[in-house]
Amino acid sequence: MSSAATGERMGVEWRLAAPLGLTYLAFFAAPLVILLVMSFSVDDNLGGFTIASWVKFWGDPFYRGVVWDTLRLGLVAVAVTTLFAYPIALLFVASSPGMQRLLLFIVLLPLLTSVVIRTFAWIVILSREGVLNQALLALGLTSVPLNLLQTELGLVIALTQIEMPLMLLPLITVMGQIDPSLSDASRALGSSRWRTFRKVIVPLSLPGWIAGATLVFASATTAFISQTVIGGARLVYLPTLIWQQAMVVYNWPFAAVASVTLLVAVLAGVSAFAMLGRFARTS
Amino acid sequence: MHNPSTLSDATSQPLTLDAVSHSYGDALAVDRVTLEVRAGELVALLGPSGCGKSTLLRIVAGFINQTEGRVIIGDRVVDPLPPNRREVGIVFQSYALFPHMTVAENIGYGLEARGESKATCRERVQEMLATVRMEGFGERKPRQLSGGQQQRVALARALAVRPRILLLDEPFAALDKNLRLDMQIEIKRLQRQFGLTAIMVTHDQDEAMSIADRIAVMSRGRIEQLGSPVAIYDEPETLFVNDFIGSSNRFEGSVETVASDLYGVRLASGAIWTVTSRRSFSKGDPVLVTIRPEQLALTSKAAPDTIPVSLKLSLPIGGELIHDVESPAGEAFKVASPRRPGASLDMSSSMHCALAAHAKPILFPRPAA
Repeated sequence: MSSAATGERMGVEWRLAAPLGLTYLAFFAAPLVILLVMSFSVDDNLGGFTIASWVKFWGDPFYRGVVWDTLRLGLVAVAVTTLFAYPIALLFVASSPGMQRLLLFIVLLPLLTSVVIRTFAWIVILSREGVLNQALLALGLTSVPLNLLQTELGLVIALTQIEMPLMLLPLITVMGQIDPSLSDASRALGSSRWRTFRKVIVPLSLPGWIAGATLVFASATTAFISQTVIGGARLVYLPTLIWQQAMVVYNWPFAAVASVTLLVAVLAGVSAFAMLGRFARTS
Repeated sequence: MHNPSTLSDATSQPLTLDAVSHSYGDALAVDRVTLEVRAGELVALLGPSGCGKSTLLRIVAGFINQTEGRVIIGDRVVDPLPPNRREVGIVFQSYALFPHMTVAENIGYGLEARGESKATCRERVQEMLATVRMEGFGERKPRQLSGGQQQRVALARALAVRPRILLLDEPFAALDKNLRLDMQIEIKRLQRQFGLTAIMVTHDQDEAMSIADRIAVMSRGRIEQLGSPVAIYDEPETLFVNDFIGSSNRFEGSVETVASDLYGVRLASGAIWTVTSRRSFSKGDPVLVTIRPEQLALTSKAAPDTIPVSLKLSLPIGGELIHDVESPAGEAFKVASPRRPGASLDMSSSMHCALAAHAKPILFPRPAA
């Protein structure tokens, strides 16, 4: 192929990619740049240059605490979804095709309703007069209703249900591809069920878990609706903080600092999971 | 390099299946199978797919709990034991090597599960690598090995823990034809060397014939016949075994004369064959006579025990010529003759089919039409 033809082709490819490229520039890259510039601005007109907002954010233990709480919420959500996802995935793999379809439907069910409705449903379940407390009182497991709304426990319970499909779908896809005779081989060689799970199932399902953990982490740390509706005013995470600073206090530079921090924090978490995946593959 | 005293210390133990039955829901997969495998013996479970042979293997391994009957290894009923306590070694059809572990880790897996020390594991792994002639492959991953090498590793892994019974599940199905014979010899060698009691499941009669001491032919959850490969081939006890093993011709006929265990049978074409049988028949009984193609011969001379035939097709298969022939009575069958280069069949004269010398036709009762 002549260089002229190659040049021609390059030109055509550029023109084909241009609409999407321009859209990205205008609606993704540009706002990010504006956000970054805003975080160093004196006011919300992008005027002046100051690091005052950054100093205020990182110098205040309260805001540092919010960052830490947000990351911790993501990690706890990953841990709890993992705890529930593995047994369900094992059950799924061992089930008949008909049963698998039913399980998949149940797993996907949370995705079929809107986040807002799902979250309000959890209020009905978790509140002091809610379904859960009624059941616990009736069973005599507790004498006073538990306070679950506006607690991290309640939020984690709701997030776990809402984000379970994100963990389960990649996990069952990968686990379905594991040759069932590997477990048989492990058992026949003298391994208990638990050792088989630890030594064979977990390492081989790791790629699926990493994909699931990444999705759950990214979505739990940024779950604004669940965090505000169930966490209320008592629990403050980065998304809530950004909303308050931007829409209530109108301190846009400060909101920009919180936004950039959230972005970097989530990216850091996601790349940590990705690195874990690379490490697991090479070792 | 390897130390014979540690390799031959496997204590071979007999395996007994005592009236074992298993059903999946309403479907009976294994139907009152009783089988005694002697210590150090290799028995092949041979049958078409769905005959229950794989279910039986999984019952012995402990992956399935049979609905009825007992499995006894040595003098111990193992039914209450989970798979990890049965000390049974398995080589799977897919080899089931752990893809995330090296060859050495695969072989050491069972030893580690049994809590052997690191040093013992390392020593035993090296020993097993030498046994299956795979020294120097310890650090490879299974995907870097050929099919035959993977199978050697699978064997080494199963034998490393000194199992009391070795189970082979279609061990040669995934191998190339040329490699198959090598691995059959290899498995037979190791099984002898370790004095292992072994059960092999296969649907391939050649595999069963070549390495099994005895073959159990299975059909519909039952053992149709248990015997040496030669006995199974030469003296099939049922029509199923007769048809399943090798190729065989069937003739319809009726008993004309009876003299103790010697029966004169008149075939549809009018030929009369004299057949010995342990079954008893009376004069006039409708029977089926079966005979292997290589026990028939083509001749130009007519006799009372020959069938006039016309030749439809001759196929050279290896060292044999297989003739597809038909009698005027409509009986179609096959005759095999040794193929000699240059020699050709005399097509000019009329042709007849006779029993070859030492031919042993077999009589089966035939339901009257």
